[in-house]
Amino acid sequence: MALVSLTLGPIVAVVLRAGGLGAIGPGDWHAFRFTLFQALLSAGFSVILAIPVARAFARRRFAGRGVLVTLMGAPFILPVIVAVIGLIAVFGQNGVVNAILTTVGLPKIDVYGLHGVVLAHVFFNLPLATRMLLQAHLAIPAERFRLAASLGLGPWAFFRTIEWPLIRRIAPGAFAVIFVICLTSFAVALTLGGGPRATTVELAIYQAMRFDFDLGRAAVLAVMQLALALIAGIVALKVSHMDGFGVGRDRQVARWDGRSLWARGWDAAWLAIAASFLLVPLGAVILKGAPGLALLNADTYRAAGHSLAVALGSTALCLAWAFPLASKRGELLSLAAIAISPLVLGAGIFLMLRPYVNPFSMALPVTGLVNALMALPFALRILRPEAEAVEADFARLRATLRMTRGAWLRLVWLPRLRRPLGFAGGLTAALAMGDLGVIALFADPDRTTLPLQVYRLMGAYQMEAAAGAALLLLGLSLALFWLFDRGGRADA
Amino acid sequence: MLDLRDIKIAMDGGDLAANFVVPARQKLAVLGPSGAGKSTLLDAIAGFRPMHAGTILCDGAEITQSPPEQRPVSILFQDANLFPHLTVARNLGLALRPDGGRLSPDAAQQVAEALTRVGLSGYDDRKPGTLSGGQQGRAALARVLLQARPVILLDEPFAALGPALKVEMLGLVTEVADRLGATVLMVTHDPEDARRFADGVILVADGQAHPPQPTQEFFDDPPRAFVDYVG
Repeated sequence: MALVSLTLGPIVAVVLRAGGLGAIGPGDWHAFRFTLFQALLSAGFSVILAIPVARAFARRRFAGRGVLVTLMGAPFILPVIVAVIGLIAVFGQNGVVNAILTTVGLPKIDVYGLHGVVLAHVFFNLPLATRMLLQAHLAIPAERFRLAASLGLGPWAFFRTIEWPLIRRIAPGAFAVIFVICLTSFAVALTLGGGPRATTVELAIYQAMRFDFDLGRAAVLAVMQLALALIAGIVALKVSHMDGFGVGRDRQVARWDGRSLWARGWDAAWLAIAASFLLVPLGAVILKGAPGLALLNADTYRAAGHSLAVALGSTALCLAWAFPLASKRGELLSLAAIAISPLVLGAGIFLMLRPYVNPFSMALPVTGLVNALMALPFALRILRPEAEAVEADFARLRATLRMTRGAWLRLVWLPRLRRPLGFAGGLTAALAMGDLGVIALFADPDRTTLPLQVYRLMGAYQMEAAAGAALLLLGLSLALFWLFDRGGRADA
Repeated sequence: MLDLRDIKIAMDGGDLAANFVVPARQKLAVLGPSGAGKSTLLDAIAGFRPMHAGTILCDGAEITQSPPEQRPVSILFQDANLFPHLTVARNLGLALRPDGGRLSPDAAQQVAEALTRVGLSGYDDRKPGTLSGGQQGRAALARVLLQARPVILLDEPFAALGPALKVEMLGLVTEVADRLGATVLMVTHDPEDARRFADGVILVADGQAHPPQPTQEFFDDPPRAFVDYVG
């Protein structure tokens, strides 16, 4: 199958190239350790902080709760570079936090390096962990709360009997999934890490290819990364249920616990911290970006055009793949793509293309292809249950009517799956729009995407123009998501 | 004519065996306790369930290995007989154009006639969800009429309807079957249905689908297994 060869081909290319070139320097070992360490910290903080936040969401009703829960899903489609700009605006050298610290006479914090990488990863994954835990909370039968209330369980007993088992069930899986995500995250390390002390394996691959043009070393690093991510990925798959990516179903359950003033204050504080941690950086992007919009030049607009083309191409490709793969087996197959890092794939494709064409000329198609591959597990996650339901409901009717394949696809499959298709398409488009991965390996000045353009502007210390471009990117990503999702919802 | 020769169908609690001939144009009720395999029998004839052994012939042609869509059989299930997102006319049109293409004026005329015959003229553009249960049943029967196949299998499609509506539906089934000259097998829980509608009864019990017996004879001297089940 095309998918398998597309995934394995580049990896074989990488392994072949790496064979015999076993030279791993001390710097590479350091990158290896740093990658593990930052992923451990990121996953740990995300899950630990998510526990009180998810509980607060689960047992409180307040105006704007629904909006806030929805926003918890937003970082998933938020371009990494946009969040990074926002985080720098808040935690950076001239950011809000440092301004406060200076006025009270404390030393400034530095957002670059390990802190920054972990901070950004928590920014992205705290909401994910929260959603996973929240869904588990909401799945607790209402009877159990009633029973707890009628037994008059105190807070500690309540925690022991109801909340702790839930945490023990969900937290390891959430930790594992986030750990894998952080292992293979590239854009965060690229923008906030760097330097010999904060280089991840992914970043080292990039540097080996881009700056040293040492393809052999890049290949060795890629194999290292592949092994790391595959092992972690398999573990994650075993311990997790991969919940929390889809549309969260929000259920209201009457609860009687946590009514003391202290508990209310505690929950309110956690909600406020989580909300401001997520919203203030986003607000900062908008505030800083609005004046920057005037500074956008022709290059940035061209990059935006490229990004749109890549996003739409990725979406079409991803959905076309999703059709035949919307089954249990297909989903497992595509899950491999979560663990395989885009950089490794990109490096493999680079090695494969090099004998035939100038790889740089293929930057945009390759980016589109890799993005489609990366979004596929999520698209399948959304599509598969619905596709199976359609099959279960109507396969016999289809047979007895002797419907042709085309008629089935056009009259039943597509119309019945319109909503999940729209949602999956929106997700893919937004992910592809905001991706800053392979493109960084391949790009030359003529073929950039908008996220890369933002990164370049940052690198050139044109922070205002970068913020403007980031705002444009944010707007385009959200608009794409909204349009697709809306298209799926519009009732025929 | 439907000929079941020594067939054995896999079920959860052991096999279901059958060995009999259903003469053409017969209308038969399939009676028996829950879980005995009434639906299983219909599924096997329609090709939705594999068989261990035996052959099925329809009008002399063997269909044992044919996939469901190649069997000369139309079947109505307990529910989901119509696509909920397609209009009634579109649902019926699929019987004439399984490729989902545009209907010729002739075919459109046929659809309209079938709807009139079941008392649903003017309901072309309605979605199934806006119809009552009885109307949905009638629309599905109109499609059976359009499919015009020699064997009609009914797997309790009217089980959810009230008694009066059910009587009406059985009348309509008779009308459709007579018009097509079709053989009908109808699963039911209600002996009354069998009395009212069927020429004969197939009793499914104890891992066996018994040969059809004339209705009158069956109820005059009911078999032991049936008495146990009715109580």
